[in-house]
Amino acid sequence: MRTLDELLHEHEFFKGFKPEHLELMAGCATNVIFEAGEYIFREGENADVFYVIRHGHVALEIHDPRRGPIAIDTLQENDVLGWSWLFAPYHWHFDAKAIKLTRAVAMDGKCLRTKCENDHTLGYLMMQRFATVLADRLQQTRLQVLKLYD
Amino acid sequence: MINLTPQLTTQQLTDPMQPEPFRVKRVMKESYDTFTLEMEPVNSERLFTFAPGQFNMLYIFGVGEIPISISGDPNQPAMLVHTTRIVGAVTKAMSKLKTGDVLGVRGPFGTGWPVSAAKGCDVVLVAGGIGLAPLRPVLYQMLAHRDRYGKVVLLYGCRSPEDILFRKELEKWRARFDLEIFVTVDYGDSDWHGNVGVVTKLIPKAPFDALNTVAMVCGPEVMMRFTAIELQKRGVQGEAIALSMERNMKCAIGLCGHCQFGPTFICKDGPVFTYPQLQSWLAQWEI
Repeated sequence: MRTLDELLHEHEFFKGFKPEHLELMAGCATNVIFEAGEYIFREGENADVFYVIRHGHVALEIHDPRRGPIAIDTLQENDVLGWSWLFAPYHWHFDAKAIKLTRAVAMDGKCLRTKCENDHTLGYLMMQRFATVLADRLQQTRLQVLKLYD
Repeated sequence: MINLTPQLTTQQLTDPMQPEPFRVKRVMKESYDTFTLEMEPVNSERLFTFAPGQFNMLYIFGVGEIPISISGDPNQPAMLVHTTRIVGAVTKAMSKLKTGDVLGVRGPFGTGWPVSAAKGCDVVLVAGGIGLAPLRPVLYQMLAHRDRYGKVVLLYGCRSPEDILFRKELEKWRARFDLEIFVTVDYGDSDWHGNVGVVTKLIPKAPFDALNTVAMVCGPEVMMRFTAIELQKRGVQGEAIALSMERNMKCAIGLCGHCQFGPTFICKDGPVFTYPQLQSWLAQWEI
């Protein structure tokens, strides 16, 4: 059976992290499974965690009272789900629902924030990675609002 | 290094300005604003041979003439097939055609997709919206000669699940083991269980060997611009990327100048170009 730091090491997001950092972060990690249709989190709830998706498919949704849930993005293997744990007030901005059976490693946000405060090299690495994720998603969102196919 | 020389396939037409009458055999509604016409020549047994990527000028008598890419199977030249979206007076009139109606056809014109140059390579087709129609003949051609190519991957993006074209065909192709199909929409309702996001998002994870890949991209210009950038980020060489351009055309033979784009005429030198041919012009505000 693979240990949590091995699982993190295999994930695209953590490529290039030093073993001692992975070991440190594994202390904040737990293995989780979500069934198809299960909500991983809901808009407005406390965001004390983020997920590194190992397998599966997750939809980020906004609920519109008239139209019901609208999927605005999907994430899958090797993606990272959730960045609200990094910034106060630590609340989720969207709903996240597993579309298929999804396996992930859940990273405790409070635990990680403490470790990042104590080890600024780790903190910088994490910020760098999340900044890349945020920049990619911002770029995709800009293209989405452009109505690219019209 | 992969080098795609544009395939100049313009045939010797008896009179390229003379429309030939074609009779509508079938009209198929693809989505709320898109339809497909199947046509046969009225006066002859002519087989309509064309290269994937070429276009025809379709003339609705008394309304007007417009360029539309051929969306049918090049291996079935007895039937001429066009798919288009209702965007103006001519396409609106075209959408009202019924079986037995007659329209004028000039063509085929222009360059084709680099189907021959892609032999031995992985092929990634990236389509946005109605851009799937001009790429469909490539898929027909490649599936007819599947052993000539490496992996064949289609990445298709559109606004919503209701906008997906050729849905039944996509489902059939998806069931094949020798073809990878990925569809994404900008937003999905609760019935949609596929990908959500722009088509460029599919590129980093699509299964192809970037260094040995030919990419063919068709969609609105802004989509093609960002797709080419993303393909290059993945490692695909600029020279191995082909794009299909669209412009207002009148003569279709490089005389009138309506479709001039930088130093080229889309009708005569295109519509299919390599990315390096267009790269410096794509981001220009006005050409």
